[in-house]
Amino acid sequence: MAEFRLPPNSRIKKGKHHGKVEGSAKVRRFAVYRYDPDSGENPRLDTYEVDMDGCGPMVLDALIKIKNEIDPTLTFRRSCREGICGSCAMNVDGSNTLACTTAIEAVKGDVRVYPLPHMPVVKDLVPDLTNFYAQYASIKPWLQTRTPPPPDRERLQSKEDQEKINDPSACILCACCSTSCPSYWWNSDRYLGPAALLAAYRWLVDSRDEATGERLDDLEDPFRLYRCHTIMNCTQACPKDLNPARAIAETKKMLAERRH
Amino acid sequence: MPNTRLREGSINMRNPGRPLSPHLSIYRWPITMALSILHRATGLANAVGLVVLTAWLIQAADGPDAYLAFTRVMGSPLGLLLLIGWSLAFFYHLSNGIRHLFWDTGRGFEKRQAERSAWAVLVVSVMLTAAFWLVML
Repeated sequence: MAEFRLPPNSRIKKGKHHGKVEGSAKVRRFAVYRYDPDSGENPRLDTYEVDMDGCGPMVLDALIKIKNEIDPTLTFRRSCREGICGSCAMNVDGSNTLACTTAIEAVKGDVRVYPLPHMPVVKDLVPDLTNFYAQYASIKPWLQTRTPPPPDRERLQSKEDQEKINDPSACILCACCSTSCPSYWWNSDRYLGPAALLAAYRWLVDSRDEATGERLDDLEDPFRLYRCHTIMNCTQACPKDLNPARAIAETKKMLAERRH
Repeated sequence: MPNTRLREGSINMRNPGRPLSPHLSIYRWPITMALSILHRATGLANAVGLVVLTAWLIQAADGPDAYLAFTRVMGSPLGLLLLIGWSLAFFYHLSNGIRHLFWDTGRGFEKRQAERSAWAVLVVSVMLTAAFWLVML
C-alpha cells in the first residue's frame, strides 16, 4: 500500500540561510535540501543567495558556486556537466532533470533543489541508487544469442533495425524517469520502473538478440511491467527526450500479440 | 528473473537509517499525472454511484412509496449535486478510458499529443455531462 506521508525521520525542518550578497542587482535565491547522516538530525531546507554575476547559466553552475564560495559541505554528484553522464540528476523546481542542462533563467522565483524523489538519501542531493542499478542488471542488458556469430564478421544489422534501438540506447541511466513515476514511488521493490523497462525494450527489439521469448517471460508479471499505468511522468521528465512510456506500451503490445 | 526480488520490503526497511526524499509534496504535477489520478478517483466514485443506481432500481421495484422516498432524497439539492458529480465522473472515466485504448495501440505517446489528449478528455467529459443533463431535465 502506498505510503503518502514521509516517515518521521524524513520530514524536512527549516534550515539555515546563507545570505546577503552586497552590491549586486542580480541575486537568485536557491532553496536546497540538506541531509547530514552524521548529525542524526532530520533533513532541512537551506537557502543560499547567489550573485548571478560571475555564475554560469545552469543550476549545476550555481551549486558548484555555492560549494566553492559559500558552503563547502554541500554534497551532490556531478561529472560531465553536459548532459551525457547522468550524474547530476535531481529535482529542480518540482521536476526531475539534470542540473547541468537546466537553465537557472527557466525557473521563476526561488530555485528549489531536492534529491530525486522517493529515494533513500545518502547525503544532501545524493540518493542511494543501489536498487535502481540492481533492477537494470536484472533485465540482462547485454546481447544474448544461441547461434554462433558469422566467422568472418560481426553480427550486422540493417539501418532500419539499428534505428529501432537508436533512441532507447541513448538512455544515460540518470534515474530521472523512474523516480518521477508514482507507481515506482509506491512499488519500487517489485515494479522495475521506466528506466529498466526502456532498457528491456531496447534488447527486445534488437534484431541480433535471440532471447526475446525469455525476456518477455521475465517481464510478464503484474508488478514488474504492468504497474505502469501510463501516468506519463517518465516521458515528461526524461532529460534526453526519450520515451519510456511508449517503450512500455510497445512491450505490453508484444506480450498481447504473443498470446494469440 | 534472478535479481529483481533480492531486496524485498519497503524502501525504508532496506535503508533503515536513511531518510526518504520528498515526493508528492514537492513534485510539480504535469496535467497527464493529474488526469491519471483523476481516472482512479472517478473509478472509485463510479463504484459508489453504481450502488445508488442499484438502490434506485430496487426502490422502483418496491412500489410507488419506496420510489417516492428515493426520488425525494436524490431530488434534493445535495442529491442532485451528487448525481451530477457521478455523471461527470462517469463521462470522464469513459473518455479517459478511450484515451487509454489509443495508448494501448502504441499511439499518442509524444509529450504534446498526451497533453492535448488530456485537455480533450476534460473538455469532452464536461460537454457530455452538460448534454446529458440538458436531455434529462
